[in-house]
Amino acid sequence: MTQQLVEELFIKYFHNSILDSGLDSAMLSLKAGKWAMTTDSFVVKPVFFPGGDIGKLSVCGTINDLAVMGATPLYLTCSFIIEEGFDIGDLEIIVQSMNSTARKDGLTIVAGDTKVVERGYCDGVYITTTGLGIVPNGINYSPSAMQVEDRVIITAPPGAHGLSVFAARNNLGVEPPPQSDCASLFSLIEPLNSLEVRCMRDPTRGGLAAVLNELALKGRKGIKIDESLIPIDSTVANLMELLGLEPYQLANEGAAVIIVSKKDAERALEKLRGHPLGRKASIIGEITAEIPGQVLMITYLGTERIMQMPSGVIIPRIC
Amino acid sequence: MVNKAAISQLAQKIPGKVSYPVRIMEVCGTHTMNIARFGIKQLLPTGIKLVSGPGCPVCVTEESDIDLIQELARITGVTVFTFGDLYRVPGSGGSLEKLNGEGADVRVTVFPLEAVYYAEQNQAREVVFIGIGFETTAPVAAVMIDLVRKKRIKNFSVLSFHKRIPPVLMELVREDNNYIDGFLLPGHVSTVIGTDDYQPLAKTWSKPGVITGFEPVDILEGIYAILEQISEKSCRIEIQYKRGVNKEGAPLAREYISKYFEVCDTSWRGLGVISESGLAIRKNFRDFDAFYRFNPGNRIIKRAPIATCSCGEILRGVKMPWECLLFGSVCKPDNPVGPCMVSSEGSCAASYNYPDRYQDPSIMKV
Repeated sequence: MTQQLVEELFIKYFHNSILDSGLDSAMLSLKAGKWAMTTDSFVVKPVFFPGGDIGKLSVCGTINDLAVMGATPLYLTCSFIIEEGFDIGDLEIIVQSMNSTARKDGLTIVAGDTKVVERGYCDGVYITTTGLGIVPNGINYSPSAMQVEDRVIITAPPGAHGLSVFAARNNLGVEPPPQSDCASLFSLIEPLNSLEVRCMRDPTRGGLAAVLNELALKGRKGIKIDESLIPIDSTVANLMELLGLEPYQLANEGAAVIIVSKKDAERALEKLRGHPLGRKASIIGEITAEIPGQVLMITYLGTERIMQMPSGVIIPRIC
Repeated sequence: MVNKAAISQLAQKIPGKVSYPVRIMEVCGTHTMNIARFGIKQLLPTGIKLVSGPGCPVCVTEESDIDLIQELARITGVTVFTFGDLYRVPGSGGSLEKLNGEGADVRVTVFPLEAVYYAEQNQAREVVFIGIGFETTAPVAAVMIDLVRKKRIKNFSVLSFHKRIPPVLMELVREDNNYIDGFLLPGHVSTVIGTDDYQPLAKTWSKPGVITGFEPVDILEGIYAILEQISEKSCRIEIQYKRGVNKEGAPLAREYISKYFEVCDTSWRGLGVISESGLAIRKNFRDFDAFYRFNPGNRIIKRAPIATCSCGEILRGVKMPWECLLFGSVCKPDNPVGPCMVSSEGSCAASYNYPDRYQDPSIMKV
């Protein structure tokens, strides 16, 4: 694979007036206002997983990081580290899926870079994306805005992406293989910008448990959730039961946790449920003054336990 | 999944049954996990104490045994297959995970037969399956050896640290017969061994024992059945987990065990050497015994002193995990000192991952 071949591939799919000008930097004329910018690297293994691939994931991941801040994603840059010998056909599929994912949300890929490294110096392909989006006036999402009695919403059942990758990586041999929920959240959560939303997060690494703990710590409030209200994906639930694990620590790539005022919670839920990605959205709990910095979960049995910040990697039990 | 109505009915029946305090040991790690995960202790009167036993296979594996596995994994040309629980358990020089980072070939498997197929396809490699577990997993290793013999695969062996549950329970009551009042006996192990081997527990040591399933309602029924025996002043081995266990156990699985394994003395982390508590590969199948194939060290009875953590007391149910000085400070799942913090069945991991503020008040310190 030559550098030239790779670059031709990118131009073929990503082309747009800014990229096509072929300058050393992308020239952007930006409106005045508040802009959100984020960057993330993607090293997922396997590169292709049921429900997505590293290309789709890298674009969705960046869109979602912007969208949960209330921003409208507009521009994207991407940087590829490719292992020598990586299949050019596979690379084309990845580039195609980045392109179609970006275009769906009106995102323009304005700059990129590729490096091909010797075999063994990276595992297939790594992608780093940076996204830029504009934040509408008056939107200022932050955990410190959380107030007691605010409601906690999750837009989809926890764990689908984490389980999909876990199953693929460990040859679980489950048929049909569990699907990742990898998706852009922009069209799902953008309509919530008109409501009293305090903050949003997408539960990627560490899943629901990590996001709730981060929010509780940063917002210095307690979060109390009811296990029986958490939506369930039966494939995820059954497989996790078999492995002796819970889905709350597994990543999503197409879900958001939303903290919204008590007053607007039902309206938010209605809007979310009207969208294909939000059909199973549910109010799962509320912000409390009690137990600041911690997450308390009422279990199925009505008992309670602290939902702990995930620690370490997930490993299935022996028997 | 969880029958809330049945649970609350049972939970209400439990108090008033006997004079408290009563100390019940849940032997199996999966019980420990579900008790923590569902907050079952909160449903019980304060006089009923549930303590965890030695039924988490990784937790009772000696540090010196972990070292042996590592010694073996360091040999050029060796591929080690292990259950995930073991992967991050620290030996004296780090974990298998760390070793993998240093170039060893250690693979985590969910389906052990994968190791046999790998051996078949990679005949230049020496493939070793790490046999950790109780009577539940021993038949799996036996089936693997059986398959390897049939397929005439020459590059496969098992490093067996398999252990037997009944001898360790007898040892616990022999050491201190006043401490535990009854046993929630493991469901999966009993699926294989049935009830016979537990009988001395009731007959010699006068302990009620109830083989119990893993759903919250099973666990409460198991506790209730123990309390009934205590209040009737009777002691017997009962089966609550009838959908998974019968008196005879699984004869075919036991046949496989006895075909390829023989009973041996072995050492348990924190508990020491317990006679007839282990399973070693029979001498006539030594070709498949990694101990002999590689001779990486002394076969058994190597007791590593544990100076740092309270594993021994926790595995005997004498200490609760949060009473260990290292718990939650030095020892956490991402930096474990002992295996109980790593294993998904370990009692320290259960207490850390599913904290209960009524049991361990220190958890509320932010």
